[in-house]
Amino acid sequence: MTRLRRWLLLTGVVAGVAAVTLLFAVGLRSGSSPAASPLQGRGAPDFQLPGLDGGRHSAVRLSSLRGQVVVVNFWASWCTECHTEQTALNQTWQRFRNSGVVLVGVNFQDAAGDARAYAARAGASYPLVVDRDSRTALAYGLRGIPETFVVDRHGALVHRLIGPVTAARLAGLVTPLLGEDAR
Amino acid sequence: MAQLGQAGLLVALALAGYGAVAAFVGGRTGRPSLVESARRAGFAVLVAVAFVNAAMLVALLRNDFALRYVAENSSRETPTFFKVLSLWAADDGSLLLWNLVLAGYLTAVAWRFRHDRPTIFPYALGVMFTVQAFYLVLVNGPARPFALLAVAPPDGRGPSPLLQNHPLMAVHPPFLYLGFIGFTVPFAFGMAALLAGSRSGEWASLVRRWTLAVWCFLTVGLTLGALWSYSVLGWGGYWAWDPVENVALLPWLVATAFLHSVMLQRRRGMASLWNLTLVIGAFALTTFGTFLTRGSVLVSIHSFAQSAVGPTYLGFLTLVLVVGFGLVAWRSTTLRSPVRLDSVLSREAAIIGNNVLLLSAVGIVLVGTAFPLVVAALGGPQLTVGRPFFTGSLAPVLLLLLLLVGTAPLLAWRGTTPARALARLRLPLLSGALVMVLVAVAGSGGLRVVLGCGLVAVLLVGHVRHVAASLLATRRTGRRGAVRRRARGMAGYLVHLGLAVLAAGIIASSGFARQAEVTLATGQVRTFAGYQVRYDGMRTERQPQRTVLHTPLDVTTPSGAHERLDPRLNLYPAASEPIGSPAIDRGPVWDLYATTIALQDDGRSATVRLYHNPGVNWLWLGGLLMVAGGGLAWWPRRRRLRSASGSSLEVSPDACPEAFPARGPALVGEPR
Repeated sequence: MTRLRRWLLLTGVVAGVAAVTLLFAVGLRSGSSPAASPLQGRGAPDFQLPGLDGGRHSAVRLSSLRGQVVVVNFWASWCTECHTEQTALNQTWQRFRNSGVVLVGVNFQDAAGDARAYAARAGASYPLVVDRDSRTALAYGLRGIPETFVVDRHGALVHRLIGPVTAARLAGLVTPLLGEDAR
Repeated sequence: MAQLGQAGLLVALALAGYGAVAAFVGGRTGRPSLVESARRAGFAVLVAVAFVNAAMLVALLRNDFALRYVAENSSRETPTFFKVLSLWAADDGSLLLWNLVLAGYLTAVAWRFRHDRPTIFPYALGVMFTVQAFYLVLVNGPARPFALLAVAPPDGRGPSPLLQNHPLMAVHPPFLYLGFIGFTVPFAFGMAALLAGSRSGEWASLVRRWTLAVWCFLTVGLTLGALWSYSVLGWGGYWAWDPVENVALLPWLVATAFLHSVMLQRRRGMASLWNLTLVIGAFALTTFGTFLTRGSVLVSIHSFAQSAVGPTYLGFLTLVLVVGFGLVAWRSTTLRSPVRLDSVLSREAAIIGNNVLLLSAVGIVLVGTAFPLVVAALGGPQLTVGRPFFTGSLAPVLLLLLLLVGTAPLLAWRGTTPARALARLRLPLLSGALVMVLVAVAGSGGLRVVLGCGLVAVLLVGHVRHVAASLLATRRTGRRGAVRRRARGMAGYLVHLGLAVLAAGIIASSGFARQAEVTLATGQVRTFAGYQVRYDGMRTERQPQRTVLHTPLDVTTPSGAHERLDPRLNLYPAASEPIGSPAIDRGPVWDLYATTIALQDDGRSATVRLYHNPGVNWLWLGGLLMVAGGGLAWWPRRRRLRSASGSSLEVSPDACPEAFPARGPALVGEPR
């Protein structure tokens, strides 16, 4: 009798704990998916931003890049997650720079000196611009950095990536867009 | 530095793993040499973990931004004091401190039992090593405090602005950790008793004082947390029912229940199985709390960034729950206590009531904290459970608890006749009724406030009279030093008085607080709660790590005195919004609390929120009294009777009488 009771109690405990664990496991999984951007599929908000180096020729206007695929990456020197994706960005730029892709790094809430020093050390050779009053970040509905947006040849925002990117993921998103004809 | 730290973590993990195996095998096969070896490994773990913490500290102080943790949580401009605090300002670093505190407890246990080894000691040591090994696995894989960045940034981001705004950040987390992690010790001895199938109840005597110490630490940690919230966050309150606050409160409630019910076991041999359940429950709740707040499940101001440690915590929580409660279920038939309750009007019954109420509070807080998680897991919307739920459902529990605390210590063990109980309760109850009438006539506050004030009066009057009467009686009859010893034995009453003061603070601050939001131009005067408040214009101060906007207020108090309050807004480079620092004119009864929420026209006018808070400082006083009482109960009694051979004929400090002695002079002559 006591034996049976023991086993019954034990089974009860294990079943209860299993239920709790399952619930939390589901909770863990569902918490991490980022929300899609309402901008997706619409025209990417235009911007005209001065270059990080302050030179007259380094300013970038998004609408003047129409006809090319544009990857807009928001970053800052203090953002450690941005450092982890730096190699991937450099690789993407080297691989696609001659095939109709422009990578634009938008510096977000940073000290100019720090940003320049970081860019030099990180070997970022793609256009870098500064979003001084964070207006562009607001227009893109930035949640945090790093965040990367992919704009197709027609100026439509097609992808939003929250968090650090990998070279393979970027290549996978950019390559199909290159096949489309520029209208 | 990173390599050194990483290597230290691996060494510590290996040592902890060895210690666990050696302790369990040594205990199982009865080989003292193996247990001794495990005991020594405990000291080695402490050395290794201390070394790892030192490595991180050096990296922080040397601005080693190649380390991801340093780059994310420190910067060149961060003052040295806050650089040191950065050690525990974020998840990965705080896990290092966590390991250090845990290793400290491990070593303390190993040191405490260096001569006398209870039979369950090897298993307890093994359980502690296992827990330590888990937290070391956590920092060796899922969390990587010593991870390096591919490119070292020129400067770091600096600690979260909220955490570098007040020096209280230096003491609140360590105390909370001392409390939280300390539950490992009672858990380990409880588990050891279950593993060994020991029926002696020895474990309960062993862990009572450990639990008291841990309870004191957690009380300090919670009080400091509330003080920090009040002094820094600028919302005028001290407890937000934030998940992280809740999960720290949960083990505190369970520990309080245990410290009462353990008296049943030691005095009457009752509740043995229940006490085991409580210590396992307290530890499981601390594990649940770390999972909830660090496993990136819930969103709150305390939540650390998304991390991969969630599943690891969940696995450990599952293990603790299955093994802990599984063992309780397995041993339930043999460990159940045969002793039954003698009378409803007895101390025993009151302690059972205390446990029921405290556990109800645990249930309510747990439901409120976990509910959003459950809803989200079942595919529902994101939601949070707010203050109305907690205050609404906890208020009746707190009121009943006050009633019980106020009356129960006046009941004797085993039973009292109703006439005797009534005689003892007459004065407190009458005072309580008087206070209720007064508060009701004054017309401020609802039913809860009226009841609460009355019950606080019952508690205060009953306890003060009882303590004074027994001390006087002791002085009349006792010898030298008897009064001091007697007072020491009544430490529990001091905790209750602290609770009364704390409760008075909660009732006053939630029942009588006033607030207003005013926009003032420079030189403009507004009246609030009898105070004249004038805005004196903004002043900017540049500091290396931040810019401070001072918005000084000149306050004329109702008595005509002038005070100066200086609420500030702090601008940090890495924060998108200014962080406010409230200014508080603290008083014994009333606080005037000002926090700036917006500035217009370059600071020529300011929007300020003003609070008139009564009783908030009673909270800190109440917490202090509770800790003082806990400390007094913890303090070891003088040892005596050391035999010539040096064997342990001495009276163990753990054998000291409980905080509530059964046979005080005031209770002499009680029918038993």
